[in-house]
Amino acid sequence: MRLSKILTTALLAIGLCVSQASAEDMNVGFVYVSPIGDAGWSFAHDKGRLELEKMDGVKTSYVEAVAEGPDSERVMLNMARKGYDVIFATSFGYMDPMLKVAKQFPDTTFMHCSGFKTADNMGNYFGRMYQARYLSGMVAGAMTKSNTIGYVAAFPIPEVIRGINAFTLGAQSMNPEVTVRVVWTKTWYDPATEKEAAKSLLDVGADVIAQHQDSPGPQEAAEEKGVYSVGYNSDMSQFAPKAHLTAPIWNWGPFYVDTVNKVKEGTWKAEAHWPGLADGIVDLAPMSDMVPKEVQDKVMAKKEAIIGGEKVFMGPIKDQTGAEKVAAGTAMSDPDMLGMTWFIQGVIGTTE
Amino acid sequence: MPLIRVVKRQEPLGWGSCLVLAAAIGLSLLLSGIVLYIGGTSPIEGIVVLFKGAFGNRYALEDAIIKATPIFLCSLGVALAFKLQVWNIGAEGQFALGAVGATWVALSLPESPSYVVLPLMIIMAAVAGGLWGLIPAVLRQKLKTNEIIVTLMMNYIAILILDYLVYGIWKDPASFGFPMTPEFSEAAIVGKIGSTNYSWGLVHCLVLGVSFWVFLKYSRLGYEIKASGDNVRAAKYAGIPYDRLVMLVMVLSGALAAWAGFLEASSTINRLQPSIMAGYGYTAIVVAWLARLNPFYIGVASFMLAGLRVGVEGLQLDLQVPAAFGGIIEGLLLLTVLAGGLFTSYRIVVTRKAHEH
Repeated sequence: MRLSKILTTALLAIGLCVSQASAEDMNVGFVYVSPIGDAGWSFAHDKGRLELEKMDGVKTSYVEAVAEGPDSERVMLNMARKGYDVIFATSFGYMDPMLKVAKQFPDTTFMHCSGFKTADNMGNYFGRMYQARYLSGMVAGAMTKSNTIGYVAAFPIPEVIRGINAFTLGAQSMNPEVTVRVVWTKTWYDPATEKEAAKSLLDVGADVIAQHQDSPGPQEAAEEKGVYSVGYNSDMSQFAPKAHLTAPIWNWGPFYVDTVNKVKEGTWKAEAHWPGLADGIVDLAPMSDMVPKEVQDKVMAKKEAIIGGEKVFMGPIKDQTGAEKVAAGTAMSDPDMLGMTWFIQGVIGTTE
Repeated sequence: MPLIRVVKRQEPLGWGSCLVLAAAIGLSLLLSGIVLYIGGTSPIEGIVVLFKGAFGNRYALEDAIIKATPIFLCSLGVALAFKLQVWNIGAEGQFALGAVGATWVALSLPESPSYVVLPLMIIMAAVAGGLWGLIPAVLRQKLKTNEIIVTLMMNYIAILILDYLVYGIWKDPASFGFPMTPEFSEAAIVGKIGSTNYSWGLVHCLVLGVSFWVFLKYSRLGYEIKASGDNVRAAKYAGIPYDRLVMLVMVLSGALAAWAGFLEASSTINRLQPSIMAGYGYTAIVVAWLARLNPFYIGVASFMLAGLRVGVEGLQLDLQVPAAFGGIIEGLLLLTVLAGGLFTSYRIVVTRKAHEH
């Protein structure tokens, strides 16, 4: 080990200078929780980053597969130290680490995705994915024959629970008999585990597989079994051409461009952003030809209605025990949606 | 016809082993360079960025040392068990329960001053992790179960216990349903040394590392552990209470990993959340072997490995090398260094005449 240290020092002595990004350019850094391959969550964010790359005077970089917790704090700290002007962190677990770093670097702009905390130089943002999930649920509800839809889900946190509930509401709107069975994988990105989880749902009779996962594993399971599937994050049809019906997808580019422009102009403010279908940050991937025309028309009509202001979580909504959680005629408030920890009637599974 | 034979060395290689090590590291760097080149990055620039990011400035050193802390403590724990030839693969679970034990104290005593709450957190972490280590030890000695399987399986149980608590009764009511406990009180947080970025946890590591060395070198128990590790039968014949020794070692081993869990929860994250589990318990096993169970080398090896992981992040940021490269270079390094071990305990002899059997 001693010699290895000498070796290290020797290498450092060679001391090739690494070109630092030029000072005039605006440097934007992204922290991703999973690798950017495979059409998932980080892939969708990275597509947004590439939009920024096209802007004049903007340079971007990223670190992928960063574990939540202390590792992410160090990665953000190093970005700030290296003079990055704007840092986007795109996983819930980056929230507190980012808050710590933001306090140390008041001149850097920090943006956290999917959390709820802000500071003077830290804003947060997310999209109303539940709106697109509702639409994808409509497609799944119309296509199921067994009335059982399988849903491979990551972690029992409000974001995921909200998505499952919206999806189920959408499915029920097309087919009141439908039940949605949920399996938790406790992973965001683990192709093998997520594929296995989908198989377990197929074994109990699900004939449409939906997912809140970042790998296309569940899509592959559906393709192999010859049943339908609903993707997530981006159009996953290339992984399951015969199964993939549609997918609720992210479109981060315009939001990122807008944010960086505001920072450049000095008009950026630390705010909480939660745009939806109307702003185009979430959308539904093109529906497959397997989806009948009349179903497609209904879905598109609903999309226009939501863009026009119709609410997804509109009472009456009952939880799994049958207790009324949202009274008839009232819409759920944003804070209630952000803290959703219960399943609606028709979902089979627990939120523990 | 020349014949190559591998012969066990009668005497340790001494300084020559450093040469073997340097060659192994050099080879792994060469191979990593080739991988970088195939990926379209300049290998020299890549390796330089990697080392600069790992050990090249004050920040990098700081980051590497902070990251090395939990790996070091877990590794000390497993090394102690390995000395006795007890294969504790359960540092991950013992780490988890240590964090759980410490968190329980921190959440139960939100008002107490730090001189009460911190020692109690350490004790509770050590008790929880120690008991988690004791179970497989008892099963091994009384029921002849295989400790590798039992400790490995118990890791999953421990992590599920942690998840259960964090998703359930310990969940912060102000967290919008996200799995995390409330932040610990100031008193329950192991702070930083003066104005540096180093946590007092570093001092814990030094004290525990030195105690470990003294314990093994000078105490009677330490001698018994080494003797039993070398030869169980002889040790039993000499009247060493082997069963009790296994249990004691597993308790201490679990307590050390648990101490790491305590520090990680208290000092680094300031609360308990599922992302505390970063695989340190498994990294620790690799580190313990690389360091041949010597506490000083465990320190060096955990620092090097932590530095490598930190450096890879810089490599990603500056040159956009994929994250998977980190795993590749780490794997290459372990492969070459462990394979190099062959040359330190064996020598290669080339003879002219084939032996007849």
